[in-house]
Amino acid sequence: MGLTALTDQVTEIEQEFVVPNKLGFHARVAAQIVKTASRFRSDVRLIKDETSVNGKSILDVLSLECPQGTTVKVITRGDDAEDALKAVAELFQSKFGES
Amino acid sequence: MDEMPRTLSGFGVSPGIAIGKAFLVDQSHIRIPFHTLTSDEQVARECARFEDAVARTEQDLEAIKQSIHPDLKEHVHILEAHQLILRDRLLYDQTLDFIRKERLNALWALKKSLNKITELFQSMEDEYIRNRVTDVSNVGEQVMRHLAGRKAKAFDEIRERVIIVAQDISPADAAQIQLEKTLGFITDMGGRTSHTSIIARALGIPAIVGAERATRAIRTGDLLILDGSNGTILINPTEEQISFYYELQDALETYLKEISRKAHLPACTQDGHKINVEANIELLEEVVAAKDHGAEAIGLYRTEFSFMNRTVQPTEEELYHEYRELAELMAPLPVTMRTLDLGAEKMGRWHPRIDQQNPALGLRAIRLCLRHVDLFKTQLRAILRASASTRNIRLMFPLISGVGELKRTKAILEEVKSELRSEGRDFDDKMPVGVMIEVPSAVAVADMLAEEADFFSIGTNDLIQYTLAIDRVNEHVAHLFDPLHPAVLRLIRQVVATAHKAGIPVTVCGEMAGEPLYVPILLGLELDCLSMNPQAIPRVKNLLRRAQLSECRRFVAEALKMRTAAEIREALQDMVLRVFPEEFKFFDPEALQPKYRSGEQYV
Repeated sequence: MGLTALTDQVTEIEQEFVVPNKLGFHARVAAQIVKTASRFRSDVRLIKDETSVNGKSILDVLSLECPQGTTVKVITRGDDAEDALKAVAELFQSKFGES
Repeated sequence: MDEMPRTLSGFGVSPGIAIGKAFLVDQSHIRIPFHTLTSDEQVARECARFEDAVARTEQDLEAIKQSIHPDLKEHVHILEAHQLILRDRLLYDQTLDFIRKERLNALWALKKSLNKITELFQSMEDEYIRNRVTDVSNVGEQVMRHLAGRKAKAFDEIRERVIIVAQDISPADAAQIQLEKTLGFITDMGGRTSHTSIIARALGIPAIVGAERATRAIRTGDLLILDGSNGTILINPTEEQISFYYELQDALETYLKEISRKAHLPACTQDGHKINVEANIELLEEVVAAKDHGAEAIGLYRTEFSFMNRTVQPTEEELYHEYRELAELMAPLPVTMRTLDLGAEKMGRWHPRIDQQNPALGLRAIRLCLRHVDLFKTQLRAILRASASTRNIRLMFPLISGVGELKRTKAILEEVKSELRSEGRDFDDKMPVGVMIEVPSAVAVADMLAEEADFFSIGTNDLIQYTLAIDRVNEHVAHLFDPLHPAVLRLIRQVVATAHKAGIPVTVCGEMAGEPLYVPILLGLELDCLSMNPQAIPRVKNLLRRAQLSECRRFVAEALKMRTAAEIREALQDMVLRVFPEEFKFFDPEALQPKYRSGEQYV
């Protein structure tokens, strides 16, 4: 297995989160998610019920309408999928720096 | 030419007087031409023009972000969101797609993307999310300005201190405005809670919003006088008006400075009677403002905020932490917690939506809590537990209409207490329990309620609405809402007399308590305590200190013999003019009769 094969390897992983902060996904939180997701090459999708949106688009993330308590599934797909998911998970764990 | 003095009016949303030259912000409409592109070169050119306009808008936003005023730091987040919207696939990629595939010119293609985004957001359930469309249009407009070859709104052209006149002020605008050069704001649009109003109040800059014709009636360079307490704008005023307002401005500034120095002192009348002055708040963050303005307690903590705009009901732990923090921040001063006072229609998504024909008379406040006992118990447990360490919490039930309802409510409180006891949890067993008096039936049976209560608090907003059968948000009858209606004064007097006979204190916690004009009436009606918005406290305390209880009592005795609100108002104004001559000119003209309005009497 050469180096090329390693970097070409596509990983897809997912994890569920509950929106932890009082105000839910408002503009500042959506901006944080998008900025974080955009640091990675992987695709980042956010899924609520049947709706799936692009985690690198602020309008997409806002339009998912996620108040506090919503369950959101995050799927990352690409060669840096694990790092991307870890970074998004950290945002949820820090409650996006809010109460 | 047109140098005649003229007057405009709007809503005064941030008090104070500004005198200076107008600076009109150019927000005229951009004309959007439509043409289809016939050659590939044209397509490439339009794409390049669009990309260039986006890049320039991006630089503008970055520059604004770097130079933002320290008081507006939180706007950085809004600007960052705007930068992301600018590069969002729905705006950026979609517009380029329209140019390439449908061969549309850049301006039209951009407009088409904006319309699509608007459509998407309009279908949203959440009001906050729906309103984010304004952010998208703000961003879109900036790109369009570059595309159309218009200059960006040139706030940096402002060389001297000016009054800014605009259709509306967006967060991006607010961030660019050099506040040290801003004397005041006037906008065509907006209300008390609009962005401009909030910023102006936060920065203490006088502002008038909703002055419909302002941008058409005012030109850059016009001399303006703006009175942010009554919403009056004078355009090219006379010499007399100018000197009058300079004096008023001077006097008002000196006065406010002077009274805020004494805000933390108690309010004792000339004849040595002490009235407690307390604050109404709804967020933890407001505790600081309440203390700074001299509140001697939290007279009303509105607990609704934690229950609104969310999908799941708040947990006991969450409420407990909030209440405990509040109690600790205020300790040793008391905190009066009003239990949930929401209508069923405002409960958020965790509660099944009920449409009510007439919410004011529907399932709300204590009725709703008695219907959903589990929810009510959760809140009571959180309040009781929060009282354990500081013991400064008072409990208050809203919208009580009779003794049966109060007994049922208190029985639930006792159940919760014994549950906590059996779990070995500590709480303040002597926590005072009060009743809000806001339904006329509660006044009629006040003597019986007093046997079951440690204090009364009169919610004048609802009491007046229910007594006079007037819906304040109904524009056809709102003007009939009058705190000085003889029936209202009689009811208040009756409540106070009954409570004092039973040996319990009475507070007024409606808007009436924070209005300086009503101070003599409430004092003469022998209220023990007044609770109001934090900002109103220094003025009310100052008036209480200058008044005499005996004189106000005599005045109220006379007023109660009068037959109409108009008669009472006129007598009150004569009295206030006599007792508080220095203060009178600062009174809210909304509360005064026309003949006393500053415009007529003082100019």
